[in-house]
Amino acid sequence: MQLNFQHIQAAHCENGVTTNLLRHMGIHQITEPLAFGIGAGIFYIHIPFLKISGGPAISFRTMPGQIFTRTCSALGVKIERKTFSSKEKAQQFLDDCLAKGQPAGCQVGVYHLTYFPKEFRFHFNAHNLVVYGKENDTYLVSDPVMETVTTISAHDLERVRFAKGALAPNGQIYFPKTSEPVSEERIKKGIIKGIKHASWFMTETPVPILGVAGIRFTAGRIKTWRESLGARRGGLYLAQLVRMGEEIGTGGAGFRFVYAAFLQQAHIFVKKDELLDISKQFTAIGDLWRASSVQASGIYKGRMTEQQDFNVMGDMLLNIADKEKAAFKALYKIKW
Amino acid sequence: MKKDEIPQDPSPLDKFTKEVCYAVDEKGDYTTALSRGWQVKADALGITWEEAQARTANAREKVKNGEASPILFFMELNMMDLPIVAAYTGFWQWTVKRHLNPDVFKNLSDKKLQKYAEVFDVTVEELKTANLNAA
Repeated sequence: MQLNFQHIQAAHCENGVTTNLLRHMGIHQITEPLAFGIGAGIFYIHIPFLKISGGPAISFRTMPGQIFTRTCSALGVKIERKTFSSKEKAQQFLDDCLAKGQPAGCQVGVYHLTYFPKEFRFHFNAHNLVVYGKENDTYLVSDPVMETVTTISAHDLERVRFAKGALAPNGQIYFPKTSEPVSEERIKKGIIKGIKHASWFMTETPVPILGVAGIRFTAGRIKTWRESLGARRGGLYLAQLVRMGEEIGTGGAGFRFVYAAFLQQAHIFVKKDELLDISKQFTAIGDLWRASSVQASGIYKGRMTEQQDFNVMGDMLLNIADKEKAAFKALYKIKW
Repeated sequence: MKKDEIPQDPSPLDKFTKEVCYAVDEKGDYTTALSRGWQVKADALGITWEEAQARTANAREKVKNGEASPILFFMELNMMDLPIVAAYTGFWQWTVKRHLNPDVFKNLSDKKLQKYAEVFDVTVEELKTANLNAA
């Protein structure tokens, strides 16, 4: 059985799942940047004392499911979300959804995702995809980061839905249930809410490891890495930062470009000329993130190993933090 | 980033898919385009793999010299750390740590070994003998 589901590739998995599921239920205005902006997906946290795969615990993304939840609630779409302790019930529930004609978003771990090549399979549990059909024992999958749809066996799907470790999905499944037609006004309100949330989070949270302050925190840490870890391990830490930031379009520069695209699209609904100007600022900030990744690569490739190089890297992030603070402040201060 | 600046470097992504990038066109409007990959990212991935392989090799040596049980080798081979192994097997972290000791490992029941074997995708026999030349 196969549902009529349109697969659109996205830069970020949860944006893509949200966009594709909402479009499936007839909300055609939604695009990836709009979902990202309304869902306030831009995020930063650096948790000290915690290590992930032996490197710094930095996340550029919110908890899995948040973009979907926020976007749907802003658009007045009721959602269904479930986690399971029983693998059989999780599969049964998915099968029931498909039988009812409902494609379902699933949170999965990447490590056992068989259609990913080995190079990309890490113990990372916050990936999202849509299951839109089943043929015999094989599920049809729309993974938003892939160009085309793909398939996965029932056994492997169960494995990835019950991956263990940090952010374990516990078979999490979600989809939009009901919705009235979404008016322009509603989208406008959602955009404003999303911008307010993101700009508040990035600049106003009084916690020194969150948002822009978190980027500053990382910058300070980077400058100490060479001394405390040595050039090689410091380089590995930077490689982890770059991977968290840039892998499959998510995080650092990728998110800034999507956010800039969001502000441009927001301008169609909300006629505030500041948005276009701030969009340009985010494009520039994205370019700075890319430049910082190039600097980091020089270090982890072993081309540059001096303390001076780590300092330059830290200063680049400080500069980014300043620019982001200015841009998000400007958004925060817009009178709607 | 401008559309014509989107990197198109050969990368491990080639085995798999192209990725969507957002970039501005000549008029300054945002649009999307596909990218083959970016050398900077490919290098970050490469060095991470080199490190994982070095850790596996190191674990293999330790098991050979009787300094650690085969669980350490399979743990590194699967890029797991203690919290992940503990989460998959259902053992406490300190229990897993204890099982890394070859003397403790020798006396483990088949039931416990079976749990590890399932997580590492091997048979109990393979776990015990640990074909250290594999992979």
